[in-house]
Amino acid sequence: MALTGSIREFFDETGSVARFTGRFFSTGMKPRFEIKELLSQCYIIGYKSLPLVALTGFIMGLVLTMQLRPSLVDYGVESQLPVMVGIAIVREIGPVITALIFAGKIASSIGAELGSMKVTEQIDAMEVSGTNPFKYLVATRVLATTLMLPVLTMMGDAISLFGAYIGVNIRSVTSFHLFFTQVFHSLSFGDFSPAFIKTFFFGFAVGMIGCYKGYNSSKGTRGVGNSANSAVVLASVLIFIIDLLAVQLTDLLGLN
Amino acid sequence: MATATNTVSKDVPDNSKDSPVIVVEHVYKQFGSNLVLRDFNLVVNKEENVVVLGKSGSGKSVLIKCIIGLLKPDSGNIMVFGENVSELNHDDLDKIRTKIGFLFQGNALYDSMTVRENLEFPLRRHWIGYSQKQVDALVIEALENVGLAHTVNMMPEELSGGMLKRVALARTMILKPDVILYDEPTTGLDPVTAREIDNLIIKLQKKYHTSSIIITHDMHCVKNTADRVALLLDGKCYSEGKYEDFENSTDKNIKQFFE
Repeated sequence: MALTGSIREFFDETGSVARFTGRFFSTGMKPRFEIKELLSQCYIIGYKSLPLVALTGFIMGLVLTMQLRPSLVDYGVESQLPVMVGIAIVREIGPVITALIFAGKIASSIGAELGSMKVTEQIDAMEVSGTNPFKYLVATRVLATTLMLPVLTMMGDAISLFGAYIGVNIRSVTSFHLFFTQVFHSLSFGDFSPAFIKTFFFGFAVGMIGCYKGYNSSKGTRGVGNSANSAVVLASVLIFIIDLLAVQLTDLLGLN
Repeated sequence: MATATNTVSKDVPDNSKDSPVIVVEHVYKQFGSNLVLRDFNLVVNKEENVVVLGKSGSGKSVLIKCIIGLLKPDSGNIMVFGENVSELNHDDLDKIRTKIGFLFQGNALYDSMTVRENLEFPLRRHWIGYSQKQVDALVIEALENVGLAHTVNMMPEELSGGMLKRVALARTMILKPDVILYDEPTTGLDPVTAREIDNLIIKLQKKYHTSSIIITHDMHCVKNTADRVALLLDGKCYSEGKYEDFENSTDKNIKQFFE
Protein backbone atom coordinates (compact mmCIF):
# COMPACT_ATOMS: atom_id res chain seq x y z
CA MET A 1 0.00 0.00 0.00
CA ALA A 2 2.81 2.36 0.99
CA LEU A 3 4.67 1.35 -2.18
CA THR A 4 1.64 2.24 -4.32
CA GLY A 5 1.47 5.61 -2.57
CA SER A 6 5.15 6.26 -3.20
CA ILE A 7 4.85 5.32 -6.87
CA ARG A 8 1.84 7.60 -7.26
CA GLU A 9 3.70 10.39 -5.47
CA PHE A 10 6.68 9.91 -7.81
CA PHE A 11 4.51 10.21 -10.92
CA ASP A 12 2.59 13.18 -9.44
CA GLU A 13 5.87 14.96 -8.74
CA THR A 14 7.25 14.11 -12.19
CA GLY A 15 4.08 15.48 -13.77
CA SER A 16 4.30 18.66 -11.71
CA VAL A 17 7.94 19.22 -12.67
CA ALA A 18 7.04 18.64 -16.34
CA ARG A 19 4.19 21.18 -16.12
CA PHE A 20 6.48 23.67 -14.38
CA THR A 21 9.08 23.19 -17.13
CA GLY A 22 6.37 23.66 -19.76
CA ARG A 23 5.34 26.89 -18.07
CA PHE A 24 8.96 28.08 -18.26
CA PHE A 25 8.90 27.75 -22.05
CA SER A 26 5.34 29.04 -22.53
CA THR A 27 5.44 31.97 -20.07
CA GLY A 28 9.03 32.58 -19.08
CA MET A 29 10.34 32.90 -22.63
CA LYS A 30 7.84 35.54 -23.73
CA PRO A 31 8.73 39.24 -23.70
CA ARG A 32 8.99 41.43 -21.71
CA PHE A 33 12.27 39.98 -20.41
CA GLU A 34 13.64 40.88 -17.01
CA ILE A 35 17.16 41.65 -18.27
CA LYS A 36 18.32 43.53 -15.16
CA GLU A 37 17.27 40.69 -12.86
CA LEU A 38 18.85 38.15 -15.23
CA LEU A 39 22.20 39.97 -15.09
CA SER A 40 21.93 40.25 -11.33
CA GLN A 41 21.27 36.50 -11.06
CA CYS A 42 24.18 35.74 -13.42
CA TYR A 43 26.42 37.68 -11.03
CA ILE A 44 25.04 35.94 -7.92
CA ILE A 45 24.85 32.46 -9.42
CA GLY A 46 27.94 32.58 -11.62
CA TYR A 47 30.52 34.97 -10.23
CA LYS A 48 29.83 34.21 -6.58
CA SER A 49 30.14 30.45 -7.19
CA LEU A 50 33.56 30.80 -8.78
CA PRO A 51 35.70 30.57 -5.60
CA LEU A 52 33.99 27.31 -4.55
CA VAL A 53 34.24 25.82 -8.04
CA ALA A 54 37.89 26.91 -8.30
CA LEU A 55 38.85 25.41 -4.94
CA THR A 56 37.10 22.09 -5.51
CA GLY A 57 38.42 21.94 -9.08
CA PHE A 58 42.00 22.49 -7.94
CA ILE A 59 41.76 19.83 -5.22
CA MET A 60 40.06 17.41 -7.62
CA GLY A 61 42.86 17.75 -10.22
CA LEU A 62 45.57 17.42 -7.60
CA VAL A 63 44.06 14.40 -5.84
CA LEU A 64 43.12 12.63 -9.07
CA THR A 65 46.73 12.90 -10.28
CA MET A 66 48.15 11.64 -7.00
CA GLN A 67 45.73 8.70 -6.94
CA LEU A 68 46.38 7.70 -10.57
CA ARG A 69 50.17 7.87 -10.43
CA PRO A 70 50.87 4.57 -8.54
CA SER A 71 48.78 2.51 -10.98
CA LEU A 72 50.45 4.10 -14.00
CA VAL A 73 53.90 3.60 -12.44
CA ASP A 74 53.04 -0.11 -11.99
CA TYR A 75 52.30 -0.39 -15.70
CA GLY A 76 55.32 1.73 -16.65
CA VAL A 77 53.26 4.44 -18.33
CA GLU A 78 53.78 7.27 -15.87
CA SER A 79 54.49 9.59 -18.81
CA GLN A 80 50.85 9.19 -19.84
CA LEU A 81 49.64 10.76 -16.58
CA PRO A 82 48.86 14.23 -18.09
CA VAL A 83 46.95 12.58 -20.96
CA MET A 84 44.85 10.42 -18.67
CA VAL A 85 44.11 13.18 -16.19
CA GLY A 86 43.29 15.62 -18.99
CA ILE A 87 40.78 13.31 -20.66
CA ALA A 88 39.18 12.33 -17.35
CA ILE A 89 38.77 15.94 -16.24
CA VAL A 90 37.51 17.41 -19.52
CA ARG A 91 35.21 14.57 -20.57
CA GLU A 92 33.61 13.54 -17.31
CA ILE A 93 34.90 14.50 -13.90
CA GLY A 94 35.08 18.26 -14.48
CA PRO A 95 31.50 18.76 -15.75
CA VAL A 96 29.91 16.32 -13.29
CA ILE A 97 31.77 17.41 -10.15
CA THR A 98 31.29 21.11 -10.99
CA ALA A 99 27.58 20.48 -11.60
CA LEU A 100 27.23 18.64 -8.29
CA ILE A 101 29.03 21.40 -6.38
CA PHE A 102 26.87 23.93 -8.23
CA ALA A 103 23.70 21.98 -7.36
CA GLY A 104 24.70 21.88 -3.69
CA LYS A 105 25.23 25.63 -3.58
CA ILE A 106 22.68 27.02 -6.03
CA ALA A 107 19.71 24.61 -5.99
CA SER A 108 19.54 24.88 -2.19
CA SER A 109 19.88 28.65 -2.19
CA ILE A 110 17.21 29.12 -4.89
CA GLY A 111 14.93 26.60 -3.14
CA ALA A 112 15.32 28.36 0.20
CA GLU A 113 15.03 31.88 -1.25
CA LEU A 114 11.87 31.24 -3.27
CA GLY A 115 10.48 29.06 -0.48
CA SER A 116 10.81 31.84 2.08
CA MET A 117 9.40 34.35 -0.42
CA LYS A 118 6.41 32.06 -0.88
CA VAL A 119 5.89 31.60 2.84
CA THR A 120 6.11 35.35 3.55
CA GLU A 121 3.69 36.13 0.68
CA GLN A 122 6.36 38.07 -1.27
CA ILE A 123 5.50 36.09 -4.40
CA ASP A 124 1.81 36.98 -3.94
CA ALA A 125 2.83 40.63 -3.41
CA MET A 126 4.69 40.55 -6.71
CA GLU A 127 1.64 39.09 -8.44
CA VAL A 128 -0.82 41.64 -7.04
CA SER A 129 1.50 44.46 -8.09
CA GLY A 130 0.95 43.29 -11.68
CA THR A 131 4.37 41.64 -12.09
CA ASN A 132 4.52 38.07 -13.29
CA PRO A 133 6.56 36.38 -10.52
CA PHE A 134 7.23 33.36 -12.72
CA LYS A 135 9.03 35.51 -15.26
CA TYR A 136 10.78 37.66 -12.69
CA LEU A 137 11.88 34.93 -10.29
CA VAL A 138 11.87 31.62 -12.15
CA ALA A 139 12.78 32.46 -15.76
CA THR A 140 15.72 34.66 -14.73
CA ARG A 141 17.17 32.10 -12.32
CA VAL A 142 16.79 29.15 -14.71
CA LEU A 143 18.41 31.12 -17.54
CA ALA A 144 21.22 32.25 -15.24
CA THR A 145 22.01 28.69 -14.10
CA THR A 146 21.81 27.41 -17.70
CA LEU A 147 24.25 30.06 -18.92
CA MET A 148 26.59 30.16 -15.95
CA LEU A 149 27.29 26.47 -15.34
CA PRO A 150 29.07 25.95 -18.70
CA VAL A 151 31.26 28.98 -17.96
CA LEU A 152 32.02 27.71 -14.47
CA THR A 153 32.76 24.24 -15.83
CA MET A 154 35.29 25.61 -18.31
CA MET A 155 36.97 27.60 -15.56
CA GLY A 156 36.78 24.60 -13.20
CA ASP A 157 38.38 22.36 -15.85
CA ALA A 158 41.23 24.84 -16.37
CA ILE A 159 41.90 25.13 -12.64
CA SER A 160 41.61 21.37 -12.25
CA LEU A 161 44.25 20.85 -14.95
CA PHE A 162 46.47 23.31 -13.13
CA GLY A 163 45.92 21.25 -9.94
CA ALA A 164 46.89 18.16 -11.93
CA TYR A 165 50.07 19.91 -13.12
CA ILE A 166 50.99 20.61 -9.47
CA GLY A 167 50.16 16.97 -8.65
CA VAL A 168 52.45 15.69 -11.40
CA ASN A 169 55.27 17.87 -10.10
CA ILE A 170 55.04 16.63 -6.52
CA ARG A 171 56.89 13.40 -7.35
CA SER A 172 58.61 14.32 -10.64
CA VAL A 173 59.53 17.35 -12.68
CA THR A 174 57.43 18.19 -15.72
CA SER A 175 57.45 21.61 -17.33
CA PHE A 176 54.22 23.60 -17.60
CA HIS A 177 54.60 23.66 -21.38
CA LEU A 178 55.17 19.92 -21.69
CA PHE A 179 52.28 19.06 -19.38
CA PHE A 180 49.74 21.16 -21.24
CA THR A 181 51.08 20.18 -24.67
CA GLN A 182 50.51 16.53 -23.74
CA VAL A 183 47.04 17.31 -22.39
CA PHE A 184 45.85 19.26 -25.42
CA HIS A 185 47.39 16.86 -27.94
CA SER A 186 45.37 14.07 -26.39
CA LEU A 187 42.08 16.00 -26.51
CA SER A 188 39.93 16.36 -29.61
CA PHE A 189 36.83 18.41 -30.37
CA GLY A 190 34.79 15.24 -29.77
CA ASP A 191 36.08 15.11 -26.21
CA PHE A 192 35.27 18.69 -25.45
CA SER A 193 31.97 19.47 -27.18
CA PRO A 194 29.63 16.78 -25.72
CA ALA A 195 31.00 17.51 -22.24
CA PHE A 196 30.43 21.22 -22.78
CA ILE A 197 26.92 20.82 -24.23
CA LYS A 198 25.69 18.63 -21.39
CA THR A 199 26.60 21.32 -18.85
CA PHE A 200 23.80 23.51 -20.29
CA PHE A 201 21.37 20.71 -19.44
CA PHE A 202 22.92 20.28 -15.99
CA GLY A 203 22.51 24.02 -15.37
CA PHE A 204 18.94 23.98 -16.63
CA ALA A 205 18.10 21.05 -14.33
CA VAL A 206 19.68 22.72 -11.29
CA GLY A 207 17.80 25.99 -11.88
CA MET A 208 14.50 24.33 -12.72
CA ILE A 209 14.50 22.00 -9.72
CA GLY A 210 15.60 24.76 -7.32
CA CYS A 211 12.84 27.05 -8.58
CA TYR A 212 10.22 24.27 -8.65
CA LYS A 213 10.91 23.24 -5.07
CA GLY A 214 11.00 26.82 -3.79
CA TYR A 215 7.97 28.00 -5.76
CA ASN A 216 5.90 25.08 -4.48
CA SER A 217 7.22 25.20 -0.93
CA SER A 218 4.74 24.38 1.81
CA LYS A 219 4.11 26.79 4.65
CA GLY A 220 6.41 27.15 7.63
CA THR A 221 10.13 26.94 8.29
CA ARG A 222 10.09 23.17 7.87
CA GLY A 223 8.57 23.62 4.41
CA VAL A 224 11.39 25.98 3.40
CA GLY A 225 14.03 23.61 4.81
CA ASN A 226 12.51 20.68 2.97
CA SER A 227 12.44 22.68 -0.27
CA ALA A 228 16.14 23.49 -0.02
CA ASN A 229 17.07 19.95 0.91
CA SER A 230 14.96 18.16 -1.69
CA ALA A 231 16.12 20.62 -4.38
CA VAL A 232 19.74 19.53 -3.85
CA VAL A 233 18.89 15.82 -3.76
CA LEU A 234 16.68 15.89 -6.84
CA ALA A 235 19.03 18.15 -8.82
CA SER A 236 21.99 15.87 -8.02
CA VAL A 237 20.09 12.76 -9.11
CA LEU A 238 19.01 14.52 -12.31
CA ILE A 239 22.62 15.45 -13.07
CA PHE A 240 23.59 11.76 -13.02
CA ILE A 241 20.56 10.80 -15.12
CA ILE A 242 21.35 13.50 -17.71
CA ASP A 243 25.00 12.41 -17.69
CA LEU A 244 23.99 8.82 -18.33
CA LEU A 245 21.74 9.86 -21.22
CA ALA A 246 24.43 12.16 -22.63
CA VAL A 247 27.02 9.37 -22.62
CA GLN A 248 24.59 7.00 -24.35
CA LEU A 249 23.74 9.65 -26.92
CA THR A 250 27.35 10.54 -27.71
CA ASP A 251 28.11 6.82 -28.00
CA LEU A 252 25.23 6.39 -30.45
CA LEU A 253 26.42 9.39 -32.45
CA GLY A 254 29.94 7.97 -32.55
CA LEU A 255 31.46 10.90 -30.71
CA ASN A 256 33.15 8.79 -28.04
CA MET B 1 -29.13 47.11 10.04
CA ALA B 2 -29.54 44.84 7.09
CA THR B 3 -29.55 41.17 7.97
CA ALA B 4 -29.61 39.86 4.45
CA THR B 5 -27.02 40.32 1.73
CA ASN B 6 -27.53 43.06 -0.81
CA THR B 7 -29.05 42.67 -4.20
CA VAL B 8 -26.15 43.53 -6.43
CA SER B 9 -25.96 45.26 -9.78
CA LYS B 10 -23.65 44.56 -12.71
CA ASP B 11 -24.11 48.09 -14.05
CA VAL B 12 -20.95 49.89 -15.10
CA PRO B 13 -20.02 52.17 -12.23
CA ASP B 14 -20.51 55.92 -12.64
CA ASN B 15 -18.62 58.61 -10.79
CA SER B 16 -21.10 59.13 -7.98
CA LYS B 17 -20.14 57.99 -4.51
CA ASP B 18 -22.93 55.42 -4.43
CA SER B 19 -21.71 53.62 -7.52
CA PRO B 20 -20.29 50.18 -6.77
CA VAL B 21 -16.61 49.56 -7.48
CA ILE B 22 -16.58 46.01 -6.13
CA VAL B 23 -19.53 43.65 -6.37
CA VAL B 24 -19.23 40.17 -4.89
CA GLU B 25 -22.22 37.97 -5.72
CA HIS B 26 -23.04 34.41 -4.73
CA VAL B 27 -19.40 33.44 -4.23
CA TYR B 28 -18.52 29.93 -3.11
CA LYS B 29 -15.01 28.79 -2.24
CA GLN B 30 -14.07 25.41 -0.85
CA PHE B 31 -10.72 23.92 0.24
CA GLY B 32 -11.02 20.15 0.36
CA SER B 33 -14.07 19.46 2.50
CA ASN B 34 -13.93 22.90 4.11
CA LEU B 35 -16.52 25.25 2.57
CA VAL B 36 -15.06 28.65 3.41
CA LEU B 37 -17.36 30.96 1.47
CA ARG B 38 -20.96 29.98 0.72
CA ASP B 39 -23.16 32.32 -1.24
CA PHE B 40 -21.21 35.36 -0.06
CA ASN B 41 -22.43 38.76 -1.29
CA LEU B 42 -20.96 42.21 -0.76
CA VAL B 43 -20.98 45.60 -2.48
CA VAL B 44 -18.35 48.29 -1.98
CA ASN B 45 -19.18 51.76 -3.25
CA LYS B 46 -16.84 54.49 -4.43
CA GLU B 47 -14.88 56.17 -1.60
CA GLU B 48 -16.38 53.81 0.95
CA ASN B 49 -14.51 51.90 3.67
CA VAL B 50 -16.13 48.54 4.25
CA VAL B 51 -14.82 46.47 7.13
CA VAL B 52 -15.28 42.72 6.86
CA LEU B 53 -15.41 41.42 10.39
CA GLY B 54 -15.03 37.80 11.31
CA LYS B 55 -13.28 35.29 13.50
CA SER B 56 -9.87 33.88 12.62
CA GLY B 57 -10.22 31.25 9.93
CA SER B 58 -13.65 32.45 8.86
CA GLY B 59 -12.52 33.11 5.28
CA LYS B 60 -11.92 36.88 5.36
CA SER B 61 -8.49 36.68 3.73
CA VAL B 62 -9.79 34.14 1.21
CA LEU B 63 -12.44 36.68 0.22
CA ILE B 64 -9.99 39.49 -0.59
CA LYS B 65 -7.60 37.05 -2.29
CA CYS B 66 -10.51 36.08 -4.55
CA ILE B 67 -11.19 39.77 -5.22
CA ILE B 68 -7.57 40.43 -6.31
CA GLY B 69 -7.46 37.20 -8.32
CA LEU B 70 -4.91 35.31 -6.21
CA LEU B 71 -7.58 32.67 -5.64
CA LYS B 72 -10.38 31.71 -7.99
CA PRO B 73 -13.87 31.28 -6.55
CA ASP B 74 -15.51 27.91 -7.22
CA SER B 75 -18.63 29.74 -8.38
CA GLY B 76 -20.17 33.20 -8.31
CA ASN B 77 -19.01 36.52 -9.72
CA ILE B 78 -16.59 39.13 -8.45
CA MET B 79 -16.93 42.35 -10.41
CA VAL B 80 -14.22 44.98 -9.99
CA PHE B 81 -14.81 48.18 -11.98
CA GLY B 82 -17.39 46.22 -13.97
CA GLU B 83 -14.96 43.40 -14.90
CA ASN B 84 -15.42 39.85 -13.69
CA VAL B 85 -11.96 39.12 -12.24
CA SER B 86 -12.37 35.34 -12.28
CA GLU B 87 -12.88 35.43 -16.07
CA LEU B 88 -9.98 37.75 -16.94
CA ASN B 89 -6.81 36.47 -18.59
CA HIS B 90 -3.46 37.16 -16.92
CA ASP B 91 -2.72 40.35 -18.86
CA ASP B 92 -6.14 41.88 -18.19
CA LEU B 93 -5.90 40.85 -14.55
CA ASP B 94 -2.52 42.60 -14.31
CA LYS B 95 -4.10 45.76 -15.75
CA ILE B 96 -6.91 45.77 -13.21
CA ARG B 97 -4.48 45.00 -10.39
CA THR B 98 -2.75 48.33 -11.00
CA LYS B 99 -5.98 49.95 -9.78
CA ILE B 100 -6.08 47.78 -6.66
CA GLY B 101 -3.69 48.01 -3.72
CA PHE B 102 -3.25 45.07 -1.37
CA LEU B 103 -1.78 45.38 2.11
CA PHE B 104 -0.68 41.94 3.28
CA GLN B 105 -1.07 40.82 6.87
CA GLY B 106 2.66 40.02 7.06
CA ASN B 107 3.58 43.13 5.00
CA ALA B 108 5.28 40.99 2.30
CA LEU B 109 8.06 43.52 1.72
CA TYR B 110 10.82 42.14 -0.51
CA ASP B 111 13.50 41.45 2.07
CA SER B 112 16.36 41.45 -0.44
CA MET B 113 15.55 45.03 -1.48
CA THR B 114 15.84 48.39 0.27
CA VAL B 115 12.76 50.42 1.13
CA ARG B 116 13.38 52.53 -2.00
CA GLU B 117 13.63 49.44 -4.22
CA ASN B 118 10.48 48.01 -2.65
CA LEU B 119 8.56 51.15 -3.56
CA GLU B 120 10.16 51.47 -6.99
CA PHE B 121 9.34 47.88 -7.91
CA PRO B 122 5.68 48.41 -8.95
CA LEU B 123 6.48 51.85 -10.41
CA ARG B 124 9.20 50.52 -12.70
CA ARG B 125 6.82 47.95 -14.11
CA HIS B 126 3.79 50.11 -14.77
CA TRP B 127 4.93 53.69 -15.12
CA ILE B 128 7.68 52.89 -17.56
CA GLY B 129 8.04 56.36 -19.09
CA TYR B 130 8.95 57.98 -15.77
CA SER B 131 12.41 59.43 -15.28
CA GLN B 132 14.51 58.56 -12.23
CA LYS B 133 13.76 62.04 -10.85
CA GLN B 134 10.01 61.49 -11.11
CA VAL B 135 10.29 58.02 -9.58
CA ASP B 136 12.35 59.42 -6.69
CA ALA B 137 9.75 62.13 -6.10
CA LEU B 138 6.93 59.56 -6.00
CA VAL B 139 8.88 57.31 -3.62
CA ILE B 140 9.57 60.21 -1.26
CA GLU B 141 5.95 61.41 -1.46
CA ALA B 142 4.69 57.92 -0.58
CA LEU B 143 7.10 57.63 2.34
CA GLU B 144 6.26 61.14 3.57
CA ASN B 145 2.59 60.15 3.58
CA VAL B 146 3.43 57.51 6.18
CA GLY B 147 6.05 59.64 7.96
CA LEU B 148 9.03 57.47 7.04
CA ALA B 149 10.97 59.42 4.41
CA HIS B 150 14.18 58.87 6.41
CA THR B 151 14.01 55.08 5.94
CA VAL B 152 14.34 55.25 2.16
CA ASN B 153 17.75 53.55 2.02
CA MET B 154 17.16 51.10 4.86
CA MET B 155 16.56 47.38 4.55
CA PRO B 156 13.25 45.94 5.81
CA GLU B 157 15.12 43.98 8.51
CA GLU B 158 16.23 47.29 10.07
CA LEU B 159 12.63 48.46 10.63
CA SER B 160 10.24 47.81 13.53
CA GLY B 161 6.86 46.09 13.08
CA GLY B 162 4.94 49.37 12.89
CA MET B 163 7.44 50.87 10.45
CA LEU B 164 7.24 47.79 8.24
CA LYS B 165 3.46 48.11 8.16
CA ARG B 166 3.71 51.78 7.21
CA VAL B 167 6.29 51.09 4.47
CA ALA B 168 4.04 48.31 3.16
CA LEU B 169 1.17 50.82 3.15
CA ALA B 170 3.34 53.31 1.24
CA ARG B 171 4.14 50.61 -1.34
CA THR B 172 0.44 49.76 -1.61
CA MET B 173 -0.38 53.42 -2.24
CA ILE B 174 2.43 54.24 -4.66
CA LEU B 175 0.48 53.41 -7.83
CA LYS B 176 -2.38 55.55 -6.46
CA PRO B 177 -4.93 52.73 -6.59
CA ASP B 178 -8.66 53.34 -6.61
CA VAL B 179 -9.34 50.43 -4.29
CA ILE B 180 -7.26 49.12 -1.38
CA LEU B 181 -7.68 45.74 0.26
CA TYR B 182 -6.27 45.62 3.79
CA ASP B 183 -5.62 42.18 5.27
CA GLU B 184 -5.56 42.53 9.07
CA PRO B 185 -3.72 45.89 9.02
CA THR B 186 -3.35 46.15 12.80
CA THR B 187 -2.65 42.53 13.72
CA GLY B 188 0.52 42.05 15.78
CA LEU B 189 0.92 45.76 16.53
CA ASP B 190 0.78 47.45 19.92
CA PRO B 191 -2.40 49.52 20.53
CA VAL B 192 -0.68 52.88 19.94
CA THR B 193 0.86 51.81 16.62
CA ALA B 194 -2.39 50.11 15.64
CA ARG B 195 -4.26 53.41 16.09
CA GLU B 196 -1.58 55.19 14.04
CA ILE B 197 -2.23 52.71 11.23
CA ASP B 198 -6.01 53.31 11.56
CA ASN B 199 -5.41 57.05 11.26
CA LEU B 200 -3.16 56.54 8.23
CA ILE B 201 -5.84 54.47 6.52
CA ILE B 202 -8.35 57.29 7.04
CA LYS B 203 -5.87 60.00 6.04
CA LEU B 204 -4.86 58.26 2.82
CA GLN B 205 -8.45 57.42 1.96
CA LYS B 206 -9.42 61.09 2.27
CA LYS B 207 -6.35 62.27 0.35
CA TYR B 208 -6.65 59.86 -2.59
CA HIS B 209 -10.43 59.19 -2.48
CA THR B 210 -9.98 55.44 -2.42
CA SER B 211 -12.48 52.70 -1.66
CA SER B 212 -11.37 50.04 0.78
CA ILE B 213 -12.14 46.63 2.14
CA ILE B 214 -10.55 46.19 5.55
CA ILE B 215 -10.32 42.69 6.94
CA THR B 216 -9.99 42.66 10.70
CA HIS B 217 -11.20 41.37 14.03
CA ASP B 218 -9.77 44.38 15.88
CA MET B 219 -12.86 46.28 17.08
CA HIS B 220 -10.91 49.54 17.58
CA CYS B 221 -9.86 49.36 13.95
CA VAL B 222 -13.48 48.69 12.95
CA LYS B 223 -14.70 51.67 14.96
CA ASN B 224 -12.05 54.02 13.58
CA THR B 225 -12.13 53.08 9.93
CA ALA B 226 -15.52 51.64 8.97
CA ASP B 227 -18.17 53.45 6.96
CA ARG B 228 -19.96 50.12 6.89
CA VAL B 229 -19.37 46.76 8.54
CA ALA B 230 -20.09 43.32 7.13
CA LEU B 231 -19.93 40.31 9.42
CA LEU B 232 -18.63 37.13 7.78
CA LEU B 233 -20.02 34.11 9.59
CA ASP B 234 -20.23 30.52 8.38
CA GLY B 235 -19.08 31.63 4.95
CA LYS B 236 -21.94 34.10 4.48
CA CYS B 237 -22.43 37.80 4.95
CA TYR B 238 -24.35 37.37 8.17
CA SER B 239 -25.07 41.02 8.76
CA GLU B 240 -24.28 44.48 7.37
CA GLY B 241 -24.62 47.93 8.83
CA LYS B 242 -23.01 50.88 10.59
CA TYR B 243 -20.57 50.31 13.46
CA GLU B 244 -23.09 51.80 15.90
CA ASP B 245 -25.74 49.29 14.77
CA PHE B 246 -23.33 46.47 15.50
CA GLU B 247 -22.35 47.97 18.85
CA ASN B 248 -26.00 48.16 19.96
CA SER B 249 -27.01 44.81 18.54
CA THR B 250 -28.42 42.13 20.84
CA ASP B 251 -27.52 39.33 18.42
CA LYS B 252 -25.16 36.97 20.26
CA ASN B 253 -23.08 36.37 17.13
CA ILE B 254 -22.39 40.10 16.90
CA LYS B 255 -22.13 40.80 20.63
CA GLN B 256 -19.25 38.35 21.04
CA PHE B 257 -16.98 40.74 19.11
CA PHE B 258 -17.55 43.47 21.70
CA GLU B 259 -16.95 41.30 24.79
